[in-house]
Amino acid sequence: MSDLIKNIVRFILFIFFQVFILNEVPPLHQFIVPYIYFLFILWLPFNINRFALLIIAFVFGTVLDYFTGTGGLHAAPCVLIAYLRPYLLNLLIPQDTTENSYLEPSIKSMGWAPYSLYVVILTVAHHFLLILIEWLQFGTFMYFVGKIAGTTAISLLLIFITEMLFFRKAKFRTNA
Amino acid sequence: MKNIFLFIQRNFTFLSFLLLEIACIVLLSNSSKTHQVFFTSASNELTGRFDKQYNNWRYYFSLKETNQLLVAENARLRNLLPENFQAADNSKKIRIDSLVKDSLGRIRKYTLLPAKVIGNTVTLQTNFLTLERGSLQGVKKGMAVISSSGIVGVVVAVSENNSRVMSLLHRNSRVSAMLKKDNDAGSIEWDGADPSYLILKNIPKSSKVAKGDTVLTSTYSANFPSHLLVGTINNVVADPSSNFYTLKVKTATNFFSIQYVYLVENSRYAEQTAIESTPEKN
Repeated sequence: MSDLIKNIVRFILFIFFQVFILNEVPPLHQFIVPYIYFLFILWLPFNINRFALLIIAFVFGTVLDYFTGTGGLHAAPCVLIAYLRPYLLNLLIPQDTTENSYLEPSIKSMGWAPYSLYVVILTVAHHFLLILIEWLQFGTFMYFVGKIAGTTAISLLLIFITEMLFFRKAKFRTNA
Repeated sequence: MKNIFLFIQRNFTFLSFLLLEIACIVLLSNSSKTHQVFFTSASNELTGRFDKQYNNWRYYFSLKETNQLLVAENARLRNLLPENFQAADNSKKIRIDSLVKDSLGRIRKYTLLPAKVIGNTVTLQTNFLTLERGSLQGVKKGMAVISSSGIVGVVVAVSENNSRVMSLLHRNSRVSAMLKKDNDAGSIEWDGADPSYLILKNIPKSSKVAKGDTVLTSTYSANFPSHLLVGTINNVVADPSSNFYTLKVKTATNFFSIQYVYLVENSRYAEQTAIESTPEKN
């Protein structure tokens, strides 16, 4: 399966999973809202153009927003993490080896620690902006931080489960 | 120009990031009322702050102009101060504007015109007041003069801009007055002794007059409206040679410090005096 088709399938699956399963979960707690859809952006290939990455993230977020009827609420954090992603990857992985030999970020391609850091930072960034523009104010600061922490925790749990369930074979770049 | 393109090229990712975030915000504020209100008010707050600052600066530069405006305004207001006007010069207007008929169809009989006292004596036997209001301002001979506290006198001479008023404190002054208690009418005169006291004559001894009773103008007067305050009874003297009291009346008007008076115009004065002076044919 080519990368393009694979990512299109992922695009659709992540949207559907978020909209029709996670968004249907009854509210567990005021701090906890399950989000996992942005994992699509985290899984995009290394060698993608930065501008293309931003556009893809924007389209992805906007599509989700069309389902939830929230305008640009999810598109904004998606664009943010798409913008941060290349800088973070540059910091976390050795330049010459990984990016050139592997196709996309994964535990296998980056190693446990860098990949976890990568996921945690982008998840926190995503939730921070999402909750900020959802509320439009910090409110009680502890409440704001608690909401970010709770949402991040449940997202990380979901991502962990996803990584375990769908173990991606670390593909090497072909010499195409 | 080249530098601009270079700048855009260098920061292309960041600029497109900003552009997309802005697009998200626009989408969000279009779809959600809450967000729309928030962003609108936030932008209003921001622009308002700048406007305020800018206005502060502009205000400074227009101080000179503002001062001139204020000076002009002050001059205009000062010119409106009442001290600048010798007499209210609007008698004709008042007479025209005054309602001839009120809403019940009653016809106006008395019209009051304000006037400033510019001359006044109390120490002579024949005391007069001079008012700064004359025939050009609607004063006629025979008009009654009252103050805010009581009656003052009668106009005896009129020039174009001034008029001369025979004060109650005049040996020849006679005003018809009555007791408020029982409407017994008499005549107010002055004995020339004390400017604070008048004499009320021709009150019959049948009247139960007492010290402190109020004296009003009677209904018989041609120039004075009825029921205006004249004064209060100060002393009751029963004249043994007649059937009448001689009553000492404390004037309600303070003649020593009189500043403004009202001229009372009776629109039927001429008619009443004419019929009163017609010789009887019998």
